[in-house]
Amino acid sequence: MTAGTIAAPPAGSGRVRPWAAVQQTATMAWRSLVQVKHNPLELVDFSITPIMFVVLFTYVFGGQMAGSPKDYLQYALAGIIVQNALFTTMYTAMALNTDLTKGVFDRLRSLPIARSAPLFGRIGADLCKQLWAVLLMIGLGTLLGFRVTTGFLGLLGAALLLLFFAGAVSWASVLIGMKASDPEKVQVFAFTLIFPITFTSSAFVRVETMPGWLQAWVDVNPVTHLSDAVRGLLTGGPVASPVLWSLAWAVGLAAVFLPLAMHAYRAKA
Amino acid sequence: MSYAIQAEGLAKRFKETRALDGVDLAARTGTVLGVLGPNGAGKTTAVRIFATLIRPDAGRATVAGHDVVREAGRVRSVVGLTGQFAAVDEMLTGTENLLMIGRLLGLPRGDARARAAELLERFGLTDAAGRATKSYSGGMRRRLDLAASLVGRPQVLFLDEPTTGLDPHSRGELWEMLRGLVAEGVTALLTTQYLNEADQLADEIVVIDRGRVIADGTPDELKAQAGGQVLQVRPVHEGELEKAHALVAVDAGHRARIEGDVITAPVEDPALMPAVVRRLDQAGIAVGELTLRRSSLDEVFLALTGHRAEPGAADEGTAGDEGGDGGAEDEFARVRSVA
Repeated sequence: MTAGTIAAPPAGSGRVRPWAAVQQTATMAWRSLVQVKHNPLELVDFSITPIMFVVLFTYVFGGQMAGSPKDYLQYALAGIIVQNALFTTMYTAMALNTDLTKGVFDRLRSLPIARSAPLFGRIGADLCKQLWAVLLMIGLGTLLGFRVTTGFLGLLGAALLLLFFAGAVSWASVLIGMKASDPEKVQVFAFTLIFPITFTSSAFVRVETMPGWLQAWVDVNPVTHLSDAVRGLLTGGPVASPVLWSLAWAVGLAAVFLPLAMHAYRAKA
Repeated sequence: MSYAIQAEGLAKRFKETRALDGVDLAARTGTVLGVLGPNGAGKTTAVRIFATLIRPDAGRATVAGHDVVREAGRVRSVVGLTGQFAAVDEMLTGTENLLMIGRLLGLPRGDARARAAELLERFGLTDAAGRATKSYSGGMRRRLDLAASLVGRPQVLFLDEPTTGLDPHSRGELWEMLRGLVAEGVTALLTTQYLNEADQLADEIVVIDRGRVIADGTPDELKAQAGGQVLQVRPVHEGELEKAHALVAVDAGHRARIEGDVITAPVEDPALMPAVVRRLDQAGIAVGELTLRRSSLDEVFLALTGHRAEPGAADEGTAGDEGGDGGAEDEFARVRSVA
């Protein structure tokens, strides 16, 4: 027995020190965001979908849905933001898949860096883009007549909840990005998954108008809870229950997809 | 004598396919080892093992004295990898791509910037440094990719088909840059299916086919190994090509071939040449050119593997290989069917 002689790893064994890992993650996040700096068109590109969603929903559906575009916007903006947030998480899958198929991950893996840095850097950068989209949509909504009636704390709460939920869904996105054979497949998959999920919810219409069998699903759909929670936080109304349900869903999704995504990531990248 | 790269009994299997089936190879420090083989021979799999991207199923490999499995972190700090596809971020500029690598390697911002500028200058990319790399030509991307693999001043460089898909001019440029690096003491392992590339750059060559080493040696040794010399006959009148071929085949057998407007035949027996000359003379065929030359690596390859290297098929075939482990398997299956 050699009690008390635990062999220390040899110095410079190639293990990455924690602080270095943090810096590497920051570098990877910088890499994802710096494109915007010289290429402002990138920002436009990235902002066009949210702008389109807000404007189209408001002026095309508004009159029919709520009597006036402005009244409908007050109801639907939360749902539009949630839908856009879900679509935005798929950027993570696309970007990771592009790195995988273009060989960038091979280069990164051949470097003496933390294995997780490319992944966490990407997710961090994509959450910044999420925040930008949320602020953009609320800003634009305000121009079109939307009013935050709950004050700054409500706004902050809504943004944090959206980021938390988007962060959890990111893990599903990572899994898709690791498994898909090319970026186009990611897009198709995301579209066919997210569209029905966001429409069968309280994001755009009141649940009472739907047939009973559909309501049964809509009532458990996380998009319903998240839309209700964001709506409550921005424009008032019941908040506690939808917020808790949203958090529970986020934790549940992360509990399922985080291990699967990490496993796929370790196997591939 | 020290070896910067060594492998013994390296084996890797993807499902039912043996991508590597017991490969031994070694590169002396400061030299270029050419790994030559057709598409699917296992070259990429070998490089991925050396670069610590995948683990071997059996055998061991060391790079600069470090085991690629047990000391993967140390191996990563001394190697540079240039894969089959220019692994640059298309949205970033040339400078930013190199800056990213420098920062990941722990260089302070100023040093990373200086190193990026130095490498861009060296690879003739200074003018394009501020442009997004998606606007770069294929040759420029490869150069940037090579530059990216050099940011950390690696002792050992792995180049997996670095010139596949490049035009001859860009290929020549890349060769020059490689020669410069090796002159500075870098050890390189270069995989290629262009035989003249191995001939031009490599100090030693291993020929891999279907996961096994089937020959190794210096380019000259390999050429000597496969029959030494080649007789080349060009009839004055192209119409007499078939007839002349039949006559050469009387002495040289089925290995006499028509290639373009010449007939070639490997020469092992010194009496072959006079015999052929006599026969052609008797038949009254005017010969415009009659030469005896050393076999090209192309012919060596044919003699060793029983099939030709097929760079054309490879260019299209490699597209499936970028996706990682599964890709190498696809590549392998495809060549089986070609062969």
